[in-house]
Amino acid sequence: MKKRRLVTLLTGISLVLVAALTLPLATGCTTTQPEAKVYKVCISQIAVHPDLDSNRQGIIDAMAEEGFIEGENVEYIIRSADGDMNTAASISDYFVSEGPDIIHAITTPMAQTQLASAEGTDIPIIFSSVTDPVAAGLVPSWEQAAANITGVSDWFDMDPQVEFILEVLPDIETLGTAYNPGEVNAAVQAEELHEVGPDFGLTIVEANAASSADVYAAGNSLVGRCDAVWIPTCNTVGGVGIESIIKVGEENGLPVFGSAVGMIETGLVGGCSVDYYWVGQQAGYMAARILRGEDIASIPPLRADVVTIAYPAAAERMGITIPQAVIDSANIVIE
Amino acid sequence: MPNVVGGVLSFSFYEGLVFGLVAVGVYLTFRVLSFPDLSVDGSFPLGGAIAAVLIVSGVDPFLATACAFFCGLGSGLLTGLLNTALRIPALLAGILMMVALYSINLRIMDGANVSLLREVTVFDRVAQSLQMSSGSIQVSITVAVIIAIIVFFVLNWFLRTEVGLALRATGDNEQMVRALGSNTNRNILLGTSISNGLVALAGAVVAQRQGFADVGMGIGMIVMGLASVIIGEALIKARGVARLLIAVVVGAFLYRLFITIAIRLGMAPGDLKLITAVLVIVVLAVPYIRKRIRREWLPPAARW
Repeated sequence: MKKRRLVTLLTGISLVLVAALTLPLATGCTTTQPEAKVYKVCISQIAVHPDLDSNRQGIIDAMAEEGFIEGENVEYIIRSADGDMNTAASISDYFVSEGPDIIHAITTPMAQTQLASAEGTDIPIIFSSVTDPVAAGLVPSWEQAAANITGVSDWFDMDPQVEFILEVLPDIETLGTAYNPGEVNAAVQAEELHEVGPDFGLTIVEANAASSADVYAAGNSLVGRCDAVWIPTCNTVGGVGIESIIKVGEENGLPVFGSAVGMIETGLVGGCSVDYYWVGQQAGYMAARILRGEDIASIPPLRADVVTIAYPAAAERMGITIPQAVIDSANIVIE
Repeated sequence: MPNVVGGVLSFSFYEGLVFGLVAVGVYLTFRVLSFPDLSVDGSFPLGGAIAAVLIVSGVDPFLATACAFFCGLGSGLLTGLLNTALRIPALLAGILMMVALYSINLRIMDGANVSLLREVTVFDRVAQSLQMSSGSIQVSITVAVIIAIIVFFVLNWFLRTEVGLALRATGDNEQMVRALGSNTNRNILLGTSISNGLVALAGAVVAQRQGFADVGMGIGMIVMGLASVIIGEALIKARGVARLLIAVVVGAFLYRLFITIAIRLGMAPGDLKLITAVLVIVVLAVPYIRKRIRREWLPPAARW
């Protein structure tokens, strides 16, 4: 009786396994063309997020532009870890076991675990949307790729960010910022803001939010302590919790500036942003060069460009008017 | 084809053993002590943080891993003390500790993330002595098996000693154990310490294998641990310490196996967790539905 139960259990598990593994294989076989080489390209991202999705789309579009077209000579395997770092490790192992021609890893933890999984193989890895690849241990320096990894950073300099705020509001003295200290990107940017603030005659104050539930309180704690707020590329405050910050800004006439297109579009005054689609495109071009036979070690990592964005209607809601000169010179004006 | 199945099974086997440590820790507090300790989400990254920071500063990786274990013991001890010394309810004590550990982990790492790439880890050391490539799954499994065997034998021995028996009895009937002259507070402290020590040990191993420690790596650990315990209990009728421990590790193995299968199934990004949940539901529901069909007696549903 007991044995039989164990046997049925094992059969059940193995059936699920076999089904799981043969289904994708069966569909994969029909699309393979024997003559042309079909490149296998893996793309992983830590979570589903507008910026990371445009990063991914940029990769696919740029590779297509270079003649590596999905369904023709490229087969993509795309996975998201849905925010779970241990799943990220499982995805990395899976990618390595597929033996792809190239792996794109989007975000810092994804790139780190991918590099650890690929140890001992020569699969080229291209990271994108990693803020500080040197601190993350991915590449030895900003000028030098490692033996099997290079990529595109979403690092931006802080000066243009502060300059933009001062163009809109020349008279402010105190600038606030809110972020989750558990996110490397955000913490690095906030630290830099503290460094450059005094050069512009600004005092920096900050508020921390460890989860999206804390964002509203963090935003409120800045009211009365500062003349304007700048939000770094923080998934907690600038991503899921951005509506809370907008609410605080509109209720209290506190102008809030942002650092990414996604958050500014939701209703911030404006700011400088990395174009994540552009980041993805550059990663895609790198991949094309490597697939054509270039040595990955000879392609140094790249820093992102920024675009300026103004959102006059959102500024009015926060009680300020953006000067016409700023609107005219902005790369993107949201109507 | 056998290659693919072998790959899936060996990855899950490694993960099952490592996350089995978390599951055993969760089992010790939730089931054995009836002490729902949620601080696991904090002590897992604590272990990773301690190991990573020590390794980066040049400490031997084995020593660093051991230190991570002892720091986990300490954090569990504090959780227990919140409950026994300050009379804070267990659930809240765990939550408070989890919240506090978030800040503590940030302090330990002086940031949110410490890279272990190109550092010498226990995996590199074992690979060196076996003369294998350190990225290979065989090395990962070897390390996991060694740790699991040590933990298994130590726990199997300890839980049968007089102290261990008292610890197990404390969760069943605290009043009776106290009446028999055993110090139940000490038993609870012992249990929460060992539990969090194991969880931190798992965190240290995981960080070394994935190449970094991150303050967010503990998110969802308690959910995974509980799911493993319940799956293990549902599938293996456990009598005796040894079978209990094995059941819990099998639960962890299956849970990770489902995630691996879900990853390979290739759903749209974002659907992964749903697939995992459905696979777990199927495994837990099948025995019930079979009994229904055979019109056997059905026990009432467990509430947790």
